[in-house]
Amino acid sequence: MANQEVNTGRRRFLTATTAVVGGAGAVVAAVPFIKSWQPSARAQVAGAPVTEDISKLEVGQRLIVSWRGQPVWIIRRTPEMLAALPSLDERLRDPKSDNPDQQPEYAKNAHRSIKPEISVLVGTCTHLGCSPRFVPELLPQPFDADWKGGFYCPCHNSRFDLAGRVFQGVPAPTNLKVPPYRFIDDNRIEIGVNPEGAA
Amino acid sequence: MAQIEKSAPNDPATGLIAGLRNWFTDRAPGFDPVYRKHMTEYYAPKNFNLWYYFGSLALLVLVNQIVTGIFLTMHYKPSATEAFTSVEYIMRDVDWGWLIRLMHSTGASLFFVVVYLHMFRGLIYGSYQKPRELVWVLGMLIFLTLMAEAFMGYVLPWGQMSYWGAQVIINLFGAIPFVGEDLTEWIRGDYLVSDATLGRFFALHVIALPLVILLLVVLHLGALHEVGSNNPDGVDIKKVKDPVTKIPLDGIAFHPYYTVKDLFGTAFFLLIAAFILFFEPTFGGLFLEHDNFNAANPLVTPEHIKPVWYFTPYYAMLRAVPDKLFGVMIMGGAVLILFLLPWIDRSPVKSLRYRPLLHTLLIALFVVAFAVLGWLGMQAGSTTQTWVARVLTIYYFGFFLLMPFWSQMGTFKPVPQRVTTHD
Repeated sequence: MANQEVNTGRRRFLTATTAVVGGAGAVVAAVPFIKSWQPSARAQVAGAPVTEDISKLEVGQRLIVSWRGQPVWIIRRTPEMLAALPSLDERLRDPKSDNPDQQPEYAKNAHRSIKPEISVLVGTCTHLGCSPRFVPELLPQPFDADWKGGFYCPCHNSRFDLAGRVFQGVPAPTNLKVPPYRFIDDNRIEIGVNPEGAA
Repeated sequence: MAQIEKSAPNDPATGLIAGLRNWFTDRAPGFDPVYRKHMTEYYAPKNFNLWYYFGSLALLVLVNQIVTGIFLTMHYKPSATEAFTSVEYIMRDVDWGWLIRLMHSTGASLFFVVVYLHMFRGLIYGSYQKPRELVWVLGMLIFLTLMAEAFMGYVLPWGQMSYWGAQVIINLFGAIPFVGEDLTEWIRGDYLVSDATLGRFFALHVIALPLVILLLVVLHLGALHEVGSNNPDGVDIKKVKDPVTKIPLDGIAFHPYYTVKDLFGTAFFLLIAAFILFFEPTFGGLFLEHDNFNAANPLVTPEHIKPVWYFTPYYAMLRAVPDKLFGVMIMGGAVLILFLLPWIDRSPVKSLRYRPLLHTLLIALFVVAFAVLGWLGMQAGSTTQTWVARVLTIYYFGFFLLMPFWSQMGTFKPVPQRVTTHD
């Protein structure tokens, strides 16, 4: 026994296979811990639709509703605000709302909404998730001398118009998101549900 | 003298200590050599100046954070509904709770003051140069972990700044192509920053990251003691040794000489820390931001959001870039590029004392750029400020990316054989 030559090849093979099997075991054992960070079942069911009565929403005002814990804005725009929207097209990144992830098909239009005057937007900046400020006045602002009303993010100076369309030259990459929503009747909006017939 | 020597063995107290020591050494013979290697026989250059206080001060602040942190966890409630009120409870109702909490929050800011100065010392004296590259890399890993630790700690009080800071920082990961969105959801554990996020940040802040930091600190010191400390002259003290004892002629034992020196630094540092603690704990809104005295509200972002001062230089760079992914890359790159210092600094001389004036000027300009970026990161950000931030960001990266070239330029002064203050 003592004089027998050491089979280094077999030793290396055994070491390598043990390491591979052990490593695979460690990876598999890590799965439950990594998965435990996913949104829990409770967090997943908390995303139910919300209904909001907008009969008291005055022209030019904004209402903030909580949907899935996120701020959702409902804005009743004035005719002047709507009239100003097309004039901004040249200064925007995605004026025609061509990015399909940012709005449902039924909101892919000039005013990005079902009814032209009522805008519904998820109120988190598409840059890093701050909630932009509502700056509705069509007046010059420190951040834009030619301001036609819109949203200004205090975190990183991203700007959006009153249809949630992003300006060029700001860090936010895309337009504000339009959530799925429908009108139950003239004064009630349900957020989180598509209109009947729409995909 | 003779009298003391004579009476010493008979002194019962001395006898007891010697006896205990012998008992211990018999059972753990490996301890004494380790103690001598790192303390009484670790020979550090005798010409350490003010810049060499910040390593030991960082250790002091780390101990402060651990001790005060342990006591804070006894009263703090890591849940979205209770976190904010539990911090108010600590501040108002817990006996001395305000002191412990402010020691922790002030300590966090002072940690970064000390660490930034410690890193700057490395830059001006070329401490990261061969053979101390590993010391630098381990130190940078501590810095990275510390940034994560500080960020998560800042979320725990669940004020407005905590909440929206977490929102912004987590969304940085969303800029990563393809996996970004899923990754942010995984980090948050919800579709928005919520109770689930707070819970995991609490766990990471109080146990996981402190353990990592402690391990890295041990490795950082271990790696340093293998190669020995650099010094303001950047000369290798091991080149000139006493022929008999083999001890470097310009070296002195860490203990007692530098323990006593560091003790002096500690006292001075604590004086400043106590002043902040008792007279200006929010430091004008820099250490504790005003908006964080409002409870987190997921529906409304504060008017003016900014990170704590120690992150503002990087924040200013992020904000200066009008593109999401590129901005995040610039921000991350600004920190990660520091890892490369040992290899991009090609200066044949370590210490700035013997390097050309050009180097001093570029480093001085770098300090100004970093400080101004820090200031810009706290401002609302006008168009002019954004342009200034862009210029300074370019300088920041130019400083490092062109370092392989400029660090070799100019006329270097002759480096002495021994440290300049030897007798």
